[in-house]
Amino acid sequence: MTVTVYVPRDTTALALGADRVATRLERGAKARNVDINIVRNGSRGLFYLEPLIEIDTPEGRIAFGPVTPADVESLLEAGLLEARQKHPLSLGLTEEIPYLKRQQRLTFSRIGITDPISIEDYTALRGFEGLKKTLALESQAVVDEVKTSGLRGRGGAAFPTGIKWQTVHDQPPGQKYVVCNADEGDSGTFADRLVMECDPYLLIEGMTIAGLAVGADQGYIYLRSEYPLAHAILDEAIERAVNAGYLGDNIQGSGRAFHLEVRLGAGAYICGEETSLLESLEGKRGLVRAKPPLPAIEGLFGRPTVVNNVLSLAAVPFIMDQGGQTYADYGLGRSRGTLAIQLAGNVKRGGLVELAFGTSLRELMEGFGGGTLSGRPLKAVQVGGPLGAYLPESQWDHPVDYEGFAAFGGVVGHGGVVMFDDSVDMGDQARFAMEFCSVESCGKCTPCRIGAVRGVEVIDRIRAGESFEKNLALLTDLCDTMVDGSLCAMGGMTPFPVQSVMKHFPDDLTPRQAVTAGGTTC
Amino acid sequence: MSQTHSPVADAWTPAQIQAVIDAHRSRPGAMLPMLHAIQDRFGFIPDEAVPMIADALRHTRAEVHGIISFYHHFRTHPAGRNVVQICRAEACQSVGSRQLEAHALKTLGIDYHQTTPDHEFTLEPVYCLGNCACGPSIRVNDDIFGRMTPAQFDELTDELSTTVVEVK
Repeated sequence: MTVTVYVPRDTTALALGADRVATRLERGAKARNVDINIVRNGSRGLFYLEPLIEIDTPEGRIAFGPVTPADVESLLEAGLLEARQKHPLSLGLTEEIPYLKRQQRLTFSRIGITDPISIEDYTALRGFEGLKKTLALESQAVVDEVKTSGLRGRGGAAFPTGIKWQTVHDQPPGQKYVVCNADEGDSGTFADRLVMECDPYLLIEGMTIAGLAVGADQGYIYLRSEYPLAHAILDEAIERAVNAGYLGDNIQGSGRAFHLEVRLGAGAYICGEETSLLESLEGKRGLVRAKPPLPAIEGLFGRPTVVNNVLSLAAVPFIMDQGGQTYADYGLGRSRGTLAIQLAGNVKRGGLVELAFGTSLRELMEGFGGGTLSGRPLKAVQVGGPLGAYLPESQWDHPVDYEGFAAFGGVVGHGGVVMFDDSVDMGDQARFAMEFCSVESCGKCTPCRIGAVRGVEVIDRIRAGESFEKNLALLTDLCDTMVDGSLCAMGGMTPFPVQSVMKHFPDDLTPRQAVTAGGTTC
Repeated sequence: MSQTHSPVADAWTPAQIQAVIDAHRSRPGAMLPMLHAIQDRFGFIPDEAVPMIADALRHTRAEVHGIISFYHHFRTHPAGRNVVQICRAEACQSVGSRQLEAHALKTLGIDYHQTTPDHEFTLEPVYCLGNCACGPSIRVNDDIFGRMTPAQFDELTDELSTTVVEVK
């Protein structure tokens, strides 16, 4: 009898030694004359347990983790291949792990279960069902379904996806495009990467549905160059989808066409901004475009273009398969459906948590995350990427939703939650926000280009105790200028973390000979 | 897995560069795929390629130069045998990447964007490798390593230097 063992192959599992775990398993099984079939699945997103290996049993999959290469021999000794659960790393049935069981996985329902590039695995778990239903509908009906779902852009601006699609749909026929913004550059986020590495057909299906809905026959995935594994997996998945008739000139014999190509970015954070991204795709520097015209009217190569984030497009197959209303039944207020929360930074149990909007940050950080990795008290949490505010404890009980967060100056953004313990120097973090902007600004508008450089200088002067009050007032002014005067969210939001430090952690901005959390001196 | 950094910058000839340019020039938005292809093949984008690209895509040389210098990924000089990227983003900062950075700069004896005199290592900053739940993270060529400590960094760089010597 062949024993099936799953060893994940996403970036995080690999970064923690999954390949060596697989090799040792293979070797160990051979030495024991056991026939073993190692499936390289995606990750469940429970990164604190990676590498998380699973054994197939009639009762379901049994998990063991986190498994280092050094653990493999003792696992085999303890009867891993016979699915005995005597080893300290034994976790029982995977589906019963509380961290996983308490989630509401709609978009991520398949990740970690399937072999990412197997179309058979994908279709066995309702893959391409949404596309099949789409093929039977008029394009307007598809747009309507997405409107019903209440889906909003998961990239940051939270614009209603159905409205965006409607605008492109209503443009006169001719060349149109679907562009997937896969430039997930926010610190603390990895949900796009998980979709692309662990369930790539989901994105392919979502983009194809978008193309059919708006009348576009060409799609581009603009992928950040920092994700080489996602690149390889997507390329392979696209090729297989073409061969299986899910992409190409005649999708599933419908006579309708959609083509898809991955294009690599080149390490510019600003290219996550949709107009910069389009410039970059056209082969130019990624300078922000002034809007209007909206990309939905004049986008890539001057043509009507849907630009959606990976998570927005990945939510679409569920919506088309199960119905927009089913999706909309999850959530809170105008934030419908689920949010992929990514617990990162100084967290004990880091990973992906997909839940309906409305859970509190505290529940996420403590209930799921288990507090800090260091065991020290939590001090601050940055939600929504490097442009998001640092939230103090008084703000951790707010439910996570777009409007609720906006009301107190928070940003949900892409759902990244980065936790810091009390050893952090918030003055350093404020300075870093400005430094990051000075490195990554596209340079087109003055408040962002010059403001960020001056921001670093002013914070340095404040921390050196030089004309403290005067420079603090100057920093306030500078932040206001950047917020009000910048062309896009890069310059417009860079002050958010800085202002939040001034407001909530003023003690960390006082003059000092700083020896910081990271040991650098200012 | 996909595009591997060329461990040592290959020699190039104008004809070879032209061949890469010709393979990509007719694609819509050909500039970035073309630049990636040149860097993947030769390890960097030689100055001599600039007028050839400009000519193929009907740009000015200044435009091409502006595009190359805009993107952090592209380099105009050969890199060392191992390109080491250290994540400087917030999630990694919260678990000690600032100490790791300081350690790496000190032990390799170079600053960011520089290469060790023996051409073993080029050091680059990177803002997020998507491994944010298991930082600090570094990338060496196409491999990502999580929960990196200064001690593990030394072990890794040691191993990489040794491997190269053995191959020779």
